[in-house]
Amino acid sequence: MPEQKKTYRVLIGKPGLDGHDRGAKFIARALRDAGFEVVYTGIRRTPEEIAAAAVQEDVSAVGLSLLSGAHMSLFPAVVRALRNAGAGDIPVLGGGIIPDEDIGPLKDSGINAVYTPGTPVDKIIAAFRSACESQEAGRT
Amino acid sequence: MGKHPEYIDWEKELAKNLSRCPERKEKFTNHGGEDIPRLAVPDQIDERYLENIGFPGRYPYTRGVQPTMYRGRFWTMRQYAGFSTASESNKRYRYLLEHGTTGLSVAFDLPTQIGYDSDHPMAAGEVGKVGVAIDSLADMELLFDRIPLDKVSTSMTINAPAAILLAMYAAVAEKQGVEISRIRGTIQNDILKEYVARGTYIFPPKPSLRLITDTFKWCTEHTPEFNTISISGYHIREAGSTAVQEVAFTLANGITYVQAALDAGLELDNFAPRLSFFFNASSDLLEEISKFRAARRLWARIMKDRFHAKKPASLMLRFHTQTAGYTLTAQQIDNNIVRVAIQALSAVLGGTQSLHTNSRDEALSLPTEDSVRTALRTQQVIAHESGVANTVDPLAGSYFIEELTDRIEVQASELIAKIDKAGGVVAAIEDGFIQRQIENSAYEYQQEIEKGERIIVGVNEFKIDEQTKPPLLRVNPEVENGQVLSLKTVREERDNNNVEEALANLSACARSSSNLMPEILAAVKTYATLGEICHVLREEFGEYRG
Repeated sequence: MPEQKKTYRVLIGKPGLDGHDRGAKFIARALRDAGFEVVYTGIRRTPEEIAAAAVQEDVSAVGLSLLSGAHMSLFPAVVRALRNAGAGDIPVLGGGIIPDEDIGPLKDSGINAVYTPGTPVDKIIAAFRSACESQEAGRT
Repeated sequence: MGKHPEYIDWEKELAKNLSRCPERKEKFTNHGGEDIPRLAVPDQIDERYLENIGFPGRYPYTRGVQPTMYRGRFWTMRQYAGFSTASESNKRYRYLLEHGTTGLSVAFDLPTQIGYDSDHPMAAGEVGKVGVAIDSLADMELLFDRIPLDKVSTSMTINAPAAILLAMYAAVAEKQGVEISRIRGTIQNDILKEYVARGTYIFPPKPSLRLITDTFKWCTEHTPEFNTISISGYHIREAGSTAVQEVAFTLANGITYVQAALDAGLELDNFAPRLSFFFNASSDLLEEISKFRAARRLWARIMKDRFHAKKPASLMLRFHTQTAGYTLTAQQIDNNIVRVAIQALSAVLGGTQSLHTNSRDEALSLPTEDSVRTALRTQQVIAHESGVANTVDPLAGSYFIEELTDRIEVQASELIAKIDKAGGVVAAIEDGFIQRQIENSAYEYQQEIEKGERIIVGVNEFKIDEQTKPPLLRVNPEVENGQVLSLKTVREERDNNNVEEALANLSACARSSSNLMPEILAAVKTYATLGEICHVLREEFGEYRG
């Protein structure tokens, strides 16, 4: 993987009560290896805690992982929490066990993109990079 | 040379056994009418064979914990299920029982597993999703409606609040008129792997271990047929460990529970026979078979040499197996049926006592009824058609299997020794040693897939463009509101003075060193909710934060 020029900082979060974090930890480490600075929240965080961490760490993107089926309420809740914290410009990406038919409504609720099992990690890294770039472009 | 005296002795004991409990068939024959040997053994039985392989039902139990294994009785076909409300799950259980499942296995939703009532803010979005929501005894009564608790055995995947759900189960049995000494089943009750792999912890390690040893003690006296714990490698493997790490961390956790119980003053041979285990069956067929055999032998040696157990039952590693969820793919989902069949076969060839087979659609959502039936049928095909259940431990003596069995045992022992040296499991968790080991293995495995070094059929090779989408099971979003409403009704209809009193007693008990089980049982009978009981214990014990 080519090293990126600018080091972006991203946050990987596990909202809700789901403890499955094999995927979240893998993505966090793969992003780190690809040159990102990565903050991983650990499991069982509220949407508000995730938003507060994103603001405090001044990240350029947030990635959420959920395998419990609660994504329809918890992913949009993180988007709302970010807006309430004045950080509505931070793009949110999602992943996990998410039925295809939920992806459209999640995007409508402000989720940037959703990745499901079997997605090559390079594709996810590229998505984070472009999300970070567009977030930066929006700020300047 | 004649028969080895140990073999003669085993045959004698077997004959006694068979007169008491005959095998499932009078004769086991192939198509052609020839006898299938019960147990194949080498021509020359030597000391090395006796020390490492031996006879089924005898130390070191490499060949299985019973002398006749599946010729006596098949493994219990136990499908993990539960979703939405108690009455919905009750329907699924009765469906499974009608279709030949022989044991129940209850999946609870995450709020229940973490000790929150359905109306708690942390429960929002999760109610009824990955399992059934249980707030109070009222839900538990619905869950087992028309299921006689003296007839089925029930496994409950519940850890931090295991004592509370066990109390509710016992209370339902009483209401059904079943003596609680007759209930059979298992509570998972294994908190240590929650800290490193599964995540549904509530309290810090020390009070958590107290809750566990309290259930050991209470069950020994009141529910002698209940397995008090299911020491689980399953989730450690799901989190990404290797087969060796799965065995090592699981048995190290087992050692910790045994030591905690001894420290609490329990008699080893009173509680050890009710310890049970739970392993993952992954795709590497021969490694998995060897893993089960190695784990059984290693545990027998640990119980004998380290703890000096006397009763044979204390030495036996009895285990449940589930096929590996992490190997299921969201692509070409019918391929998962084949994966599950291979994995299930490894569990049977490895001598499991019970088995859950995953459904083909579980990388997409909770399984549909049709997928669950196919998963159960997979076990039935192995049991009734494959022939592997007609003889005991058929792969014993294979150079490859025995070498791998030895190697897994040695490597797992070394890893356990490392944990001992680091001050034991709790210290190794606090230090992050175990988590790091699992995480590194998970990372390597996934990188192999990403680089195409490890082929996953349909994912990084043999891909197709899939147009049709399989039907998925969706949990009705109204479930959460409905559950919150029934909880409200329970709170209105119960006698709140009784509840207050029971919770105050529980609180006092938590501050003392008395067994918590009687107070928990008294509390659930007043319809105190799971969340209220856990709240009392959270106040007294504090909370663990990962």
